[in-house]
Amino acid sequence: MSEYLVDIRNLRLSFFTPAGEVKALNDVSIQMKQGEVLGIVGESGSGKSVTAYSLMGLVPEPGRIISGTIDFNGHRVTEMTEKQLREMRGNEISIIFQDPMTSLNPVYTIGNQIEEVILLHTTKDRKAARERALELLNLVGINEPHKRLRQYPHELSGGMRQRVMIAIALACEPKLLIADEPTTALDVTIQAQILELMNDLRKKIGMSIIMITHDLGVVASMCEKIAVMYAGKIVEYGTAEEIFYNPQHEYTKGLLMSIPKLNATEHEKLIPIEGTPVDMLMPPQGCPFAPRCNSCMKICLREMPPYTDINADHYSACWLLQKEAYESLKGGVAQ
Amino acid sequence: MAQYIVKRIALAIITLFVVSTFTFFLMFLVPGGPFLSEKAPSPATLKALEEKYGLNLPVTQQYKNYMLRLLKGDLGTSLKQRGREVNNIIATRFPVSAKIGAVAILIAVTVGVTLGSIAALNRGKLLDSIIIFFSTCGIAVPGFVVCTVLMYILGLKLNLLPTFGLTSGRHYIMPVIALAFYPMSYISRLMRSCMLDVLNQDYMRTAKAKGLSQWKALFKHALRNAILPVVTYLGPLLAYTLTGSFIVEKIFTIPGLGDSFISSITGRDYPLIMGTTIFLAFLIITMNVIVDIIYKLVDPRIKLS
Ligand SMILES: Nc1ncnc2c1ncn2[C@@H]1O[C@H](COP(=O)(O)OP(=O)(O)OP(=O)(O)O)[C@@H](O)[C@H]1O
Ligand code: SF4
Ligand SMILES: [Mg+2]
Repeated sequence: MSEYLVDIRNLRLSFFTPAGEVKALNDVSIQMKQGEVLGIVGESGSGKSVTAYSLMGLVPEPGRIISGTIDFNGHRVTEMTEKQLREMRGNEISIIFQDPMTSLNPVYTIGNQIEEVILLHTTKDRKAARERALELLNLVGINEPHKRLRQYPHELSGGMRQRVMIAIALACEPKLLIADEPTTALDVTIQAQILELMNDLRKKIGMSIIMITHDLGVVASMCEKIAVMYAGKIVEYGTAEEIFYNPQHEYTKGLLMSIPKLNATEHEKLIPIEGTPVDMLMPPQGCPFAPRCNSCMKICLREMPPYTDINADHYSACWLLQKEAYESLKGGVAQ
Repeated sequence: MAQYIVKRIALAIITLFVVSTFTFFLMFLVPGGPFLSEKAPSPATLKALEEKYGLNLPVTQQYKNYMLRLLKGDLGTSLKQRGREVNNIIATRFPVSAKIGAVAILIAVTVGVTLGSIAALNRGKLLDSIIIFFSTCGIAVPGFVVCTVLMYILGLKLNLLPTFGLTSGRHYIMPVIALAFYPMSYISRLMRSCMLDVLNQDYMRTAKAKGLSQWKALFKHALRNAILPVVTYLGPLLAYTLTGSFIVEKIFTIPGLGDSFISSITGRDYPLIMGTTIFLAFLIITMNVIVDIIYKLVDPRIKLS
């Protein structure tokens, strides 16, 4: 048995669309210990959601895992039967989605939708499930829970609905909670409330969390470890501290410069990363960030940079970190 | 809810009033009269008959008399079927039509919903194409063609089913198929597109992420949402089934209300025309209210107002 709760190794995943093979994940490896909070950041289309969904065995059509393994809690997800996957979903791994407005079924009451998952995964009867649902609504800070149980999603605000989604996710006390941009669709004050709630719950319940976002501010407030994704690849991984104060990959540096700082001085300007995201139908041969990188070198265009360990908990894939290898290869080219 | 029903009843009364008034005056604009058959009666008999039924009075006076009787629920007596009350004719004829119509609607909805869902779940595969092909045919081909083809093949060529009357269960098969064919095709197409839409909704992803099996997610979460537009279509479907049944009843010689309505028009049987029109209008209005209430039950977001 592995020492990790989540152990994804060399995962390659493609979508076989009519336009061609979209290489959504290119050799993704993530390890995560029990109780850890991992942030996955990266721009739209970098593969954050697909990584998380594949962990639950939910690869959307027409996606296929090409190679690699996914282990969760010592079990190989990539070899599970549909039935085993179903028993794991909503029970050991739960997920909350970006848009609480559309993630709840409009024609069933809140109570029904919370109880559904309890009835599915536990031996509780209807009455006990209802009690548990009430308890959960209290836990996620919803007022008048008795009344809410009988209400329909359209009668609740966005923030409330996201709390309901969290209640559903927590119903069976999962080992891992995946939050896929849980606050993006909400307005700023509600965002802060939801993050605070998640922080509270984490302390109370002690589950592991994967927090997916393209907002570095969100990860800064919650996560211990951060994985930076670019074009279906983890380009840098490290503790929050390392990533924020000692970023090594050019893309991470760009990301950090593009977030507004509260205590910004006059000299520190916001610098957005220029250029467009990679076309995943035809990913470049070398470093995917090369077309947008200010430090791009010849080798970056030709070969994928390998990972370089910065320290025990921090690695990154950039040729700049491979000075030695780079020198020797450059020497080779020059001849 | 109570307020809604009161409002709808008031609206229904106004609608019925307008419908009956319009029909009444339109009827008199059409040339011809009830007693102009092959064996034309003598002028004296004609006069006596017209006097008996009050047809010699000015139209406005006739209108007033009719409306006053209508208020009491009396639809008058037929001019052609001597002495038979219109109420009585409707009471014997309507159940025949209603039976065929109800069976046809039931079949159209269940088969249509099933086929549409199957097509959506097999999107782009052979089964989907087959269902699309047949439902497109069903929409494009007019009802009387369906009737004739059915009659020709099943009735005449293969001699499998009786071609007229309604004396046994087997007699129902062809008229019901003929009547159900169009709405069934329409519903399966409607259902297919709604189902495809629903399957892509976020709440279906939530259902899967909860660990529900595909079937459970489908039956509990997808079907109820996808069926909403079909419920909306029930109103027009009813109107179609009623009017469609005129043709079917004529072709298959079924003693239903549609059949008697058509002969009442060709025979200028004024009270029967009026009576049937008012009855049908009443029926459609009532059914629409029922459909609205069903809709509200299926979709809690709907507010009845
Ligand atoms: N159903 C699908 N069919 C085809 N391609 C898909 C599908 N789902 C995802 N992809 C592709 O996979 C890649 C990764 O998508 P993913 O949803 O993981 O991005 P993301 O990082 O979560 O972005 P966002 O911030 O927009 O949610 C994208 O390039 C996308 O085009
Ligand atoms: S490998 Fe080269 S192109 Fe890629 S980030 Fe590093 S320097 Fe830039
Ligand atoms: Mg995403």
